[in-house]
Amino acid sequence: MSAPTGLLSKLDQSSLQSFADQIPYAKFIGVEVQMAGGELTCKLPFKDMLIGNPSLPALHGGVVSAFLETVAILQLICDIEADHLPKPINISIDYLRSAKPVNTYARAVITKQGRRVANVHAEAWQADKTRPIATLQGHFLLARRDAAGG
Amino acid sequence: MTDETRMPPLLDLLGAHRDLLLDAIPHAKALGLELVDIFYANAVVKLPYNEQIIGNPETGVVHGGAVTTLLDNVSGVAVFCAIEELTSIATLDLRIDYMRAATPGKDITGHAHCYKLTRNVAFVRGVAYDDDIEDPIATSAGAFMMGSDGTRKPGANLSEAKL
Repeated sequence: MSAPTGLLSKLDQSSLQSFADQIPYAKFIGVEVQMAGGELTCKLPFKDMLIGNPSLPALHGGVVSAFLETVAILQLICDIEADHLPKPINISIDYLRSAKPVNTYARAVITKQGRRVANVHAEAWQADKTRPIATLQGHFLLARRDAAGG
Repeated sequence: MTDETRMPPLLDLLGAHRDLLLDAIPHAKALGLELVDIFYANAVVKLPYNEQIIGNPETGVVHGGAVTTLLDNVSGVAVFCAIEELTSIATLDLRIDYMRAATPGKDITGHAHCYKLTRNVAFVRGVAYDDDIEDPIATSAGAFMMGSDGTRKPGANLSEAKL
């Protein structure tokens, strides 16, 4: 990870958590940031209001998607010198398993970072990291100091 | 989108539980999703603007994830408006294209059309807009598995063996 400028003053857990808390929808669903060994993992603690299928029960697919999208954006904030939040251009979500009513975790990897666009892959899991419940592949528009995007 | 004069095959069932279509879903309720209209294979759902769903605090633009939740949910309702027998459904995949930022302060409408049903899979397209459906905020394409819980009883996915 490069030393961040602009949106983050320091690349540590509390700076990133307070940044995430400023995103109202991330705070609404309850995204928590965990920074360990220079790697970012996000946690979505289970809450009843995240349920999308009450009879199974399972988390709402939209919540899982929003969580993955938020993790992708936070990873981009960590890795690029951004002045503005990256904007999603498109995302593609594969739902692999039903999202149980328990805590969910996610990580994102920047597959390719161009001058204006980054391609990001993110995965969410619950009890077992080797059994992901959903994956996201997305393109994000970067608004960097040296780019015209945004 | 066509079929505006045809009714959903399960209209009696859906009509009787029209409000329950969204109110029974805790996260749809948390977002305040409102059912605007249903007709054959189509559904229209409104996401009221609310400060809690903002994604960019500088501009007040709604989070992409909230738009995705709307499109995922309205797509699922569209499937229920196309099927002839009640079954459970689960999103298999969903692709969202974000065309422009949602206008801060405006409610967002999602309209989804289930354009193809096979025995196992429903294919759905959706669009999210504020004022004009011809000027979309986002479009979606999704596939839904039908009979997703098979013969499983509620809660069966919670057993240790399935973890």
